[in-house]
Amino acid sequence: MKLNRVTALVAILSLLAAGIAFAGKDLDAVKKKGFIQAGVNGGVFGFGMPDEKGVWKGLDVDTARAVAAAVFGDASKIKYVPLTAQQRFTALQSGEIDLLTRNATRTLSRDTQLGLNFVTVNYYDGQGFLVPKKLGITSAKELGGATVCVLPGTTTEQNAADFFRTNKMDWKPVVIESTSELAKTFFAGRCDVLTSDASQLAGTRAIAPNPKDYVILPEIISKEPLAPAVRHGDDQWRDIVDFSVLAMINAEELGITSENVDEMLKSSDPTVQRFLGVIEGNGSALGLDEKWAYNIIKQVGNYGEVFERNVGVNTTLGLERGLNALWTNGGLMYSPPFK
Amino acid sequence: MTSKPSIVADTEYQPSAVPFWRDPDKRAIVFQVVALLLVAFVSYYLFSNTQANLERQSIATGFGFLGKEAGFEIGESLIAYSAADRYVDALLVGALNTIKVSFIGIVFTIVLGTLVGIARLSSNWLVAKLAGSYIELMQNIPVLLQLFFWYAIFYESFPSPRQALNPFAGVFLCNRGLIFAVPETHAAHATMGWAFAAALVIGWGLHRWGNRRQARTGQIFPSIRVSMALCIFLPFLVWVFAGTPTAMDVPELQGFNFKGGVTVSPEFSALLLGLVFYTAAFVAEIVRAGIQSVGRGQVEAAMAIGLLPGQVLHLVILPQALRVIIPPLTSQMLNLTKNSSLAIAIGYADFVAVTNTTINQTGQAIEGVALIMLVYLFFSLSMSLFMNWYNKKMALVER
Repeated sequence: MKLNRVTALVAILSLLAAGIAFAGKDLDAVKKKGFIQAGVNGGVFGFGMPDEKGVWKGLDVDTARAVAAAVFGDASKIKYVPLTAQQRFTALQSGEIDLLTRNATRTLSRDTQLGLNFVTVNYYDGQGFLVPKKLGITSAKELGGATVCVLPGTTTEQNAADFFRTNKMDWKPVVIESTSELAKTFFAGRCDVLTSDASQLAGTRAIAPNPKDYVILPEIISKEPLAPAVRHGDDQWRDIVDFSVLAMINAEELGITSENVDEMLKSSDPTVQRFLGVIEGNGSALGLDEKWAYNIIKQVGNYGEVFERNVGVNTTLGLERGLNALWTNGGLMYSPPFK
Repeated sequence: MTSKPSIVADTEYQPSAVPFWRDPDKRAIVFQVVALLLVAFVSYYLFSNTQANLERQSIATGFGFLGKEAGFEIGESLIAYSAADRYVDALLVGALNTIKVSFIGIVFTIVLGTLVGIARLSSNWLVAKLAGSYIELMQNIPVLLQLFFWYAIFYESFPSPRQALNPFAGVFLCNRGLIFAVPETHAAHATMGWAFAAALVIGWGLHRWGNRRQARTGQIFPSIRVSMALCIFLPFLVWVFAGTPTAMDVPELQGFNFKGGVTVSPEFSALLLGLVFYTAAFVAEIVRAGIQSVGRGQVEAAMAIGLLPGQVLHLVILPQALRVIIPPLTSQMLNLTKNSSLAIAIGYADFVAVTNTTINQTGQAIEGVALIMLVYLFFSLSMSLFMNWYNKKMALVER
């Protein structure tokens, strides 16, 4: 009797071991689950935050929805996991999430040592400073001796250290893990300056008690290419995520929007036909349905639509396209050919 | 006199062969071997599985990252630190910050907890009820909420540095913390420190000598009062001989913040207050239990033989109460130290906060968490080692 129980236990444990060993294929795991677990910010307006009805909104959220549309033909097959800056990479490494779309900056060390693969950038950002107007400061070079609010575990934290070191200025960091707690502390005057990616500063200013009292300084002190990330080990999954982002960019370049995508199916342009799966090939190459790109554009939209809807000039954030315009308009958004 | 159940002794009946599963001794050995094998198997499985997963995802392993440049600044530090220093220096800063808040926190907690515990037993109705409500309130609100509360008080209700409150000359209170003047560093300060240490040693010697003399002759020597006088007088003497240096390092508003003086940050103060008020409520109950454990007859007997109230406390109540107090007090001290890791919520750079940032920058989560466990284990074990020694010293000596 006793022996039987031990044997059963050993059997269960070895099954567990086997299960974990086979779970290496992230795509298989995602398909089996029937939904994608996406790590998002949860507290940054315009990028990843639930609205007052609890519906997740944002540029990063839409990026995750594009991947779901490509894999399942249904952009809603996602479970969102809000993560802090410190939790995000561990959550991806450990398999708690399948995809990280949480305004993460691609860097060499993250791409290598952390065992992650970043894909195409979905927002080109740079680090700036937000200060109260009443301080009367016009340049970041005047920040010597300032107390600076900063999120831990971010590139921002290191950039700020580099910036003040290079300019030989003293400073004191106040490091708080939660984005909303940090903003509250800054608005209460615990720090003179809040530093973060410029897009996030715009989002933080938008939720200030009185947004007009705050100004973003002109200096941008770093390059912050924000990109979705997957973990090492499943190249097919990585390709799917990569081309889901690229499909949105390519659609904008081809002039395909969520509104005209059905008409475009009848287009005689072979580039458009290939892109939308009328001429087959792209879907099977990725291991997806031939309608994958159609589904993304139909359900989520092209990059321009997603940008304008979440962070563009007509939103509370009011961000210009800038670096995030198409390459044909002087920006950096460029997609390889879809063939 | 062995306590083995001996049914056999009654009947004188000896079975020819007992199967091993009917023999409790042999069965126990089998169970232990099985348990040991299981533990070994599970640990091996966890270890090899982790290794395989790390390798598959090509995540770097090992402690080599400790020697690399940290590249991030830390808000407050007991030692000189800059972003150009290594990760190991950053971690040391974090560990020292944890020790700082735990040590000061424990001292304040014991003082406050003892006062509240005694107040709880007061015959004054109001004092007893106040102490009682304090204990109930503090014990029943999660400590994390209390930390947020204290932190919010600092940053919401105090003015900005430019409108800092200035209750006394050289003392400023604002949302950057408490900033106060300190004497400018002078060569005499180190010597004064040594003089203070010397006074402590002499005081200890006097105390022992006084006790021996009292045992021999019955004469009482006021060793405590003399030692206290020495502790003040000796450093003062050094200060006078050094030419009475009085220069002060007074904080001054320069640009954004105060320069000079010593700053106690809002993060540190909030963490300290939160931990002290929370833990003191538990310590108060422990102290109360300790005092109540000493029988009323003991006190009455002590007073009957003519001991003064101070002597009753010092010679009769405390030695017996401490035996009850010390073991649970140790666990509260450990609790305070471990709770200090909540610092991360309000931005105090303790060991966990610094390690988390390190983990995030280097991706060495397993190594980082292992370091956190090791460091807290070290804190806890050394503290309980000390308290066990003290407990043994205080324990009832059976003659």
